[in-house]
Amino acid sequence: MTADTLLERITDYANRPNPYPLYAELRAAGVARQTDGSYLLGTYHDIVALLHDPRISADPRSRSVPRGDRSEEGLHLPFLRLDDPEHHRLRTLAMRPFGPPHSPGRVDAMRGEIARITEELLEALQGRKQIDVVDDFAYPLPVTVICRLLGVPREDEPLFRAWSDVIVDSADVRPGEATERVRAGQQAHAEMGQYLVDLAERRRGQPTGDMLSAFINEPDPAGQRLTGEELAVTAVLLLIAGHETTVNLITNGVLTLLRHPDQLDRLRREPDLLPRAVEELLRYEPPVHMRERFPLADVDVAGTTIPKGTPMVLVLASANRDPKRFRDPDRFDPARPDNEHVGFGSGIHLCYGAPLARVEAQIALRALIPRLGTARLVQDPPPYRRNAMLRGPRHLPIEF
Amino acid sequence: MPGDLREGRIVIIGASLAGLRAAETLREEGFTGPLTMVGDEPHPPYDRPPLSKQVLLGKASASATELPTRRDPEAQWRLGVRATGLDPVGKRVLLADGDSLPYDRLLIATGTRARPWPNPEEAALDGVFTLRTSDDADGLAERLAAGPRRVLVIGAGFTGSEIASACRERGIEVTVAERGPAPLVGALGGTLAKLAAGLQRAHGVDLRCGVTVTALHGNGRFTGADLSDGSHIDADVCVVAMGAVRNTEWLADSGLAAGARGVACDAGCRAFNMYGIVTDDIFVAGDAARFPHPLFEYQMLSLEHWGNAVAQAEVAAHNMVNPGPLRRPHLAVPVFWSSQFGLNIKSVGVPTFSDQVVIAQGSLDERRLVMVYGYRGRVTAAVTVNMAKWLEYYERLIETAAPFPPAPGAADRATAAAVPVPSDVPDPKVLSHGPTVALTGYLPDRRLTMVRPV
Amino acid sequence: MRIVVDLTRCQGYAQCVFLAPEVFELHGEDALLYDPAVPDDQLDRVRQAAAACPVQAILVGEEVSAGAR
Repeated sequence: MTADTLLERITDYANRPNPYPLYAELRAAGVARQTDGSYLLGTYHDIVALLHDPRISADPRSRSVPRGDRSEEGLHLPFLRLDDPEHHRLRTLAMRPFGPPHSPGRVDAMRGEIARITEELLEALQGRKQIDVVDDFAYPLPVTVICRLLGVPREDEPLFRAWSDVIVDSADVRPGEATERVRAGQQAHAEMGQYLVDLAERRRGQPTGDMLSAFINEPDPAGQRLTGEELAVTAVLLLIAGHETTVNLITNGVLTLLRHPDQLDRLRREPDLLPRAVEELLRYEPPVHMRERFPLADVDVAGTTIPKGTPMVLVLASANRDPKRFRDPDRFDPARPDNEHVGFGSGIHLCYGAPLARVEAQIALRALIPRLGTARLVQDPPPYRRNAMLRGPRHLPIEF
Repeated sequence: MPGDLREGRIVIIGASLAGLRAAETLREEGFTGPLTMVGDEPHPPYDRPPLSKQVLLGKASASATELPTRRDPEAQWRLGVRATGLDPVGKRVLLADGDSLPYDRLLIATGTRARPWPNPEEAALDGVFTLRTSDDADGLAERLAAGPRRVLVIGAGFTGSEIASACRERGIEVTVAERGPAPLVGALGGTLAKLAAGLQRAHGVDLRCGVTVTALHGNGRFTGADLSDGSHIDADVCVVAMGAVRNTEWLADSGLAAGARGVACDAGCRAFNMYGIVTDDIFVAGDAARFPHPLFEYQMLSLEHWGNAVAQAEVAAHNMVNPGPLRRPHLAVPVFWSSQFGLNIKSVGVPTFSDQVVIAQGSLDERRLVMVYGYRGRVTAAVTVNMAKWLEYYERLIETAAPFPPAPGAADRATAAAVPVPSDVPDPKVLSHGPTVALTGYLPDRRLTMVRPV
Repeated sequence: MRIVVDLTRCQGYAQCVFLAPEVFELHGEDALLYDPAVPDDQLDRVRQAAAACPVQAILVGEEVSAGAR
């Protein structure tokens, strides 16, 4: 098989507004070996199979040839980038204050607060002729929510936003030299981790009901708990994931609805469709476009043997548009039946924060939809963020 | 024969999960003719798995388990009346109330009933239960809520084990008596059975294996039982969980290949007659069916699985209203689940069709693992304990007849445990419980499926 | 309204438990229990849970006896 430049083209910023034709090309190619030696995969059935294959590692240390510019040696990795059994242990500990079986009502109990934050943000926009959906709404909402959930002061946002930008940029899938990006990312990660551990330590013995407090104060019955380093890595992951992804989901939602006025109108008339509309958004314009994996043994995918340790990029957003799985996949259909999308991934690494993202997106869109009646996009396509993996508009100006 | 299969009269015998899903599918596939659903229980279709879980835990009432429908099946319902006979020449089903129903195509979905305690007088004691119907569950849940001193469960298959689990969760003392060497051994083989035994004892179950119950005592009301080892158990409630009996007796004179293992049918769910000739107007689905499966050397499978009832009912209904070339085979790999003692056990394939097992992921100590079953060097089944997210990988290995033991490479495969050991599946004859999936040979012939004395 | 969960498909992602914790619960780490009869005040949450199920295993519907019987 000849090496391909699809990954270069997909990550090329010029293609950020519409990578979907490239994804179609990828699906037609089956498995596409890239010039940097990695493999790109984009069909639904291959990707779902790989996400459930125990021989496929999420751990970057499983690369057979470590990248010179990206040394993960000696670093503590978040559960997102670990395999079982370590992944299971850490994710279970991280889940204790957030979800079932230990805290099943946590996310549900936040609905009222999320609705209040939403209303406050929208009230402040009353009377404005033009707003930026990202800066005025879709970014501040999840940031405020994750701050309250974790117990991070909202006014520290400029501080952790700066760290987060550097970390997210360093983790982007992008061919070529990345030494500087990676070093900066590691530095930012260490600082952000220390900041969060300090916040948690202040709560030791003085519980405040937030997750940092729970991590530091709740003893695990089995006598296991997050070490300081694990707490740092986990808290960094939750804070970044909590505000870098939901912003895309809400912004993509507004963008998609304004591009489909008939569906916007339908949702205004049938608000009960909203939960399914959010799922369709997760399929149609997912916030996370790809994940990186490494086989622990030679694996066969669609007739190609991918050697042990070779990086594989699974393009989730392409799987979501696979006509072999979804009828009329390029159509946005909020009432789509049988919508088994992989917008949040699948298998053991299925997005930890998915339920919170869903609740936020539903509440945000429910509140926004009645106000979008006269709105129009100022710029289509809007300017996008640089990141190809966490893809979404950087700004979304709309006019009323 | 009517020319258009979307017309004509269809009768479905059995108004439980398979019958209901078949009825819905018939309508979804465009069937416009009259449809009659016959069920021997007075209740509309309800879901049975919650009866041994949520209902016994007191979290839901038995009447709450009525099944939701995907769409209105637009059927005429004949509930509370049993089918007593079939005249395949005159194309009529005879009912217990003397009525007879003419049909153009018939679906048999009569399922199973609980195997009763063999001594009818003892079985009639107040406090002796079986658990199959919502009425059974209602009665048993009421007794458990009243706080009995001790419950005796006879049979440590899935149902018996789930009942014991519910009792312990409610703080009720429970004794489990099993003729075989361990719980679940008939379904899962030796290694996981040992895990199950340890689990039961760790949860405070008084587990007695290698014994039979020889007599139930009571004066009108159940008070206790004698075991074959000479011991006696005092208890207020007894649950007989000795497996299921297929509801096929009503077909004894029908000329169909119907027996204790079910009604034999082809891959398209069409019933065989007793000479092994396939019919084209009588279909079978669910627990009552016995069908050939290519992944298991085309032996006939008898299943008692929720998922099979749904999948087979959909295939049967599709084939009832479509001509030959458009018909589909029922090839789904068997899958079932059980939740007990806080563990989620799921199985894919046929674990009893095995000679060796290997732990492919996780470990017995953590009670979190994947056990893979092999037969003559290929993968035939897998069982996950609290690791359901990996099950579909192993389903694919079964479907592709992948070599056993499975290729290494799983991140959480403990190398020390990765040595195949005998699967240790005993002869079902020595157990109080049966497997819920059984291979029953190659021939549809009725003589091979005669009732074997218990 | 009633629900039935196809536990053959369920992989224990627990999205339904997050979204409708009064109807769905995890029994242990991996097994799902639920109340098949949905109280009216939980219906919105149950619809969200059904939409969110990653393997689309939750069926919400009318029971036979509520429809044309």
